[in-house]
Amino acid sequence: MLRLINLELQKLWLNRTSKVLIFVSFILPFTVLVLSSIKINFFGFFTLELGELGIFNFPIIWHITTFFASQFKFFFAIVVVSMIGNEYSNKTIKQNLIDGLSKKEFILSKFYTIVFFSLVATLLIGIASFCIGMYYSSYTEASIVFRETEFLLAYFVKLVGFFSLCLFFGMLVKRSAFALGFLFVLYIVEWLIFWGAYEVLGTADSAFKVKNFLPLESMYKLIDQPVQRIVMTKFPEKTEIAYDYAVHWYEIVTVIGWTALFVFLSYRLLKKRDL
Amino acid sequence: MEQILTINNLTKKFGYLTAVKDLSFTINKGNVYGILGPNGSGKSTTLGIVLNVVNRTSGQFSWFDGKTSTHEALKKVGAIIERPNFYPYMTAQQNLKLVCKIKGVDYAKIDEKLEIVGLLDRKDHKFRTYSLGMKQRLAIASALLNDPEILILDEPTNGLDPQGIHQIREIIKKIAANGTTILLASHLLDEVEKVCSHVVVLRKGEKLYSGRVDEMINSHGFFELKTDKEDELVKLLESDTSFGKLKIDNGLITAFLNQPMDASSFNKLMFEKGIVLSHLVKRKESLEEQFLQLTDNN
Repeated sequence: MLRLINLELQKLWLNRTSKVLIFVSFILPFTVLVLSSIKINFFGFFTLELGELGIFNFPIIWHITTFFASQFKFFFAIVVVSMIGNEYSNKTIKQNLIDGLSKKEFILSKFYTIVFFSLVATLLIGIASFCIGMYYSSYTEASIVFRETEFLLAYFVKLVGFFSLCLFFGMLVKRSAFALGFLFVLYIVEWLIFWGAYEVLGTADSAFKVKNFLPLESMYKLIDQPVQRIVMTKFPEKTEIAYDYAVHWYEIVTVIGWTALFVFLSYRLLKKRDL
Repeated sequence: MEQILTINNLTKKFGYLTAVKDLSFTINKGNVYGILGPNGSGKSTTLGIVLNVVNRTSGQFSWFDGKTSTHEALKKVGAIIERPNFYPYMTAQQNLKLVCKIKGVDYAKIDEKLEIVGLLDRKDHKFRTYSLGMKQRLAIASALLNDPEILILDEPTNGLDPQGIHQIREIIKKIAANGTTILLASHLLDEVEKVCSHVVVLRKGEKLYSGRVDEMINSHGFFELKTDKEDELVKLLESDTSFGKLKIDNGLITAFLNQPMDASSFNKLMFEKGIVLSHLVKRKESLEEQFLQLTDNN
């Protein structure tokens, strides 16, 4: 396993474009997080301190940081599709196989790298959230601090799922740009299925239940948007805006299922293909 | 003799097109093999199948004793297919390091092999800055990294300039002299003739011949003769059953042999008959002539 990760990391690390993108995908969410946590003084007119809003309180901080950090996943998605696209355009995939890498090992080296990257991203976000939370949070008892850390697990599963989808599209179309285009197509297709389900089932609620099982939506649903929750904490008396923001086990299982399917399909595609 | 590769009834179809049809042959250790055939005869497809990049339609092949999986076996094989494929943004050394990681070879081999192909002084230059000849030499260095049991080369001199072709041939000869088994696919007949001891001839995916180069055609060669007494000689040759076809072209008589005969005994015989030869050469058909004859007959 280490051999395969090592192989892939050499391919990525020596390529300037992917090095920059990896750097950006780590640094950018981090910077945003740190910037938002410090007190910003607008030329003496007023000071903006997001910490004051209570968004860095435990346990809601886990929800907020993972939600916003996951918006930056597109940078690494570009890396994932280009690491497949480059292998095809340089024909190095052919050479790798001739040199004695099996097709299974080829896919696994990509998948392990995805898992490795997601793990590092999750750890970094976890540590950063913990530090910021310890600084700002009104509550620092261990039982409250570590409540809702399942958002970190959800974040990890979400990243692995999304990048596996990119891996599959990369293998399918062999060109990085087209693979990213396919993501957008899938997004539209999911809305079309939603529309179809709405026509059949009659209510938007039940149509959403169908959509929740589709790849992109199931990944998105892992971490629900936290804005409504922030509002809820400010106006606890408004019960009509209450919603289910928790991470459910079946949501995680759905995304893991999609991940397994995408990795398996990528392998099948490569196995069937004449290079 | 130890077998390196055995191919049995291999068939590959691309839709309606049959690229390889029921092909069988065996590669034994220590020989230099050539796969001959015109463009599109299925050479590259056959190599692609045994190298794990093209899926077979039917038939079997097995590497070495047949017990190792194909990708494990390929770690003991060195192969170059058509064009050199490397990561353009890595240097030669970095590219070879990656190959070492895949094959599980010690990094110390890198400099040794770069030395053989004469690229040691350019090892820290990026692959994309290389000329085609250098790329091809790097590919050979990469194929040699694991000290392979067999070296497979598919059109190694394609697209190179005369110097490049010469360099590659010298390298191949050097490797062959070390006793490495080589499988060379080419449509350049003189190339195969210069380095190979055995050939497999393909046409439209079918095997026409496999065996030693010098046994490719049942022929005992021919004499090229010149003499002052031309008519006498022709009469003599026509009456002798040892000779078959005669060709007279501008005073040069070409007599094809029906049975083995060496030049000195022929010369002695002529002398006894009172014919003095001013020109006597015994030759065998070149591989090109043999190849054309073989592909025409079928």
